Amino acid sequence: MIKFLLAFIVGGLICVIGQILMDLFKMTPAHMTVTLVVAGAILGGLGLYEPLIEFAGAGASVPISSFGNSLVKGALAEAERTGIVGVLTGIFEVTSAGISAAIIFAFLAALIFKAKG
Amino acid sequence: MLQGHQSWVFKTPPAVLSSAAVGGPFEARGALAEDFDLLHDDLYMGESSFEKAERKMLEEACSKALEKAGRKKEEVNFFLSGDLINQIISSSFAARTLSIPYLGIFAACSSSMEGLALASLLVDSGAAQLALTATSSHNGAVEKQFRYPTEYGAQKPPTAQWTVTGAGAALIGREGAGPKITAATIGRVVDMGISDPYNLGTAMAPAAVDTLQAHFRDLGFDPSRYDLIVTGDLGRVGHQIAYDLLIKKGLEIPADKFVDCGLLIYREEQPVMAGGSGCACSATVTYGHLFNRLRRGELQRLLVVATGALLSPLSYQQKESIPCIAHAVAIES
Repeated sequence: MIKFLLAFIVGGLICVIGQILMDLFKMTPAHMTVTLVVAGAILGGLGLYEPLIEFAGAGASVPISSFGNSLVKGALAEAERTGIVGVLTGIFEVTSAGISAAIIFAFLAALIFKAKG
Repeated sequence: MLQGHQSWVFKTPPAVLSSAAVGGPFEARGALAEDFDLLHDDLYMGESSFEKAERKMLEEACSKALEKAGRKKEEVNFFLSGDLINQIISSSFAARTLSIPYLGIFAACSSSMEGLALASLLVDSGAAQLALTATSSHNGAVEKQFRYPTEYGAQKPPTAQWTVTGAGAALIGREGAGPKITAATIGRVVDMGISDPYNLGTAMAPAAVDTLQAHFRDLGFDPSRYDLIVTGDLGRVGHQIAYDLLIKKGLEIPADKFVDCGLLIYREEQPVMAGGSGCACSATVTYGHLFNRLRRGELQRLLVVATGALLSPLSYQQKESIPCIAHAVAIES
């Protein structure tokens, strides 16, 4: 039960940061999203994001910042295996399922649906 | 003709022989639904894109205006039109269908009054017997071009406005029954440094005030001459700013005589944030609702100050501020 509460609070706080970036710093939705991805990547690189996921579960793994963490995680893991070029080949390793799904399902949705305005 | 620095007073005031307003589904549920000649219940209006739907409304508004005046398009000398879609394709493509000699204009949402002022000038100067002026906007098309496609789901702040889906047209002639265009004031471009496309009312308010000041200075009137002074699409935020600015400049307009098309067109409960906007906002409210009130005798003297934000998607992406303009046209019954 406490896990649910922590996920709710931490996930909510990440969204609060996003809302503040848009409302107070006048960021566009795209800027805000990218900022959260970069923040997640930096935290991941410093080894701080995994403990956050352990602490808050889906509260940390569902928000977009987790995507930045996953990018760095894949790049670092592949770099350890194959050397510096692994940073390039590994960057989409963990996230490729998510990216491919986004592209394919967006394509399918675009075939079926029409913008409603 | 020219009076003062930037105003025209028409010697033989041209007549609005007819006018028409076309709207979309959201406007059909609005406060002025009864003043539209034609309302669509689908945003696509049977077309395959929002842009084609906008063009269709513009064509419908023009044919409706011609039909109401009992005139054929072959009799019309000039067609003046503008809209918000890149390279004003709604206007130019509608002009292709109408095949009336065409002057494309762009003054963003103030295109309605720029068109009406120029059409009246053409008619009054003898350069035209009959001139048709029209303008249009479409919520789906405009949101996509200037902000985000609605499906993207970007949040809007409370200062954001709702682009009106619709088109308005007016047929101006040398003589005939109908409201008379007595004067027009052409505005300057005013830029107070606002760069937020979700706060266009604030950006445009100083332009409206500048044009109003010029109008009263050039014509030597004070605001009490008019029964109603209507701004184009300042919305709740911008209209209040304009009201306060006018008081500061010593041009006090009684609050009940100073209204905004963007606040008239929708109902309180419709989720339009700060109010309506877009070329069709001032066009449909003026050519539908306000002209109907003039014809019914509820209003004798009307001043419409349509406001326009002259930004482009590119200028916004490059973080430039938003230059704004306002044109005023005086109409008397």
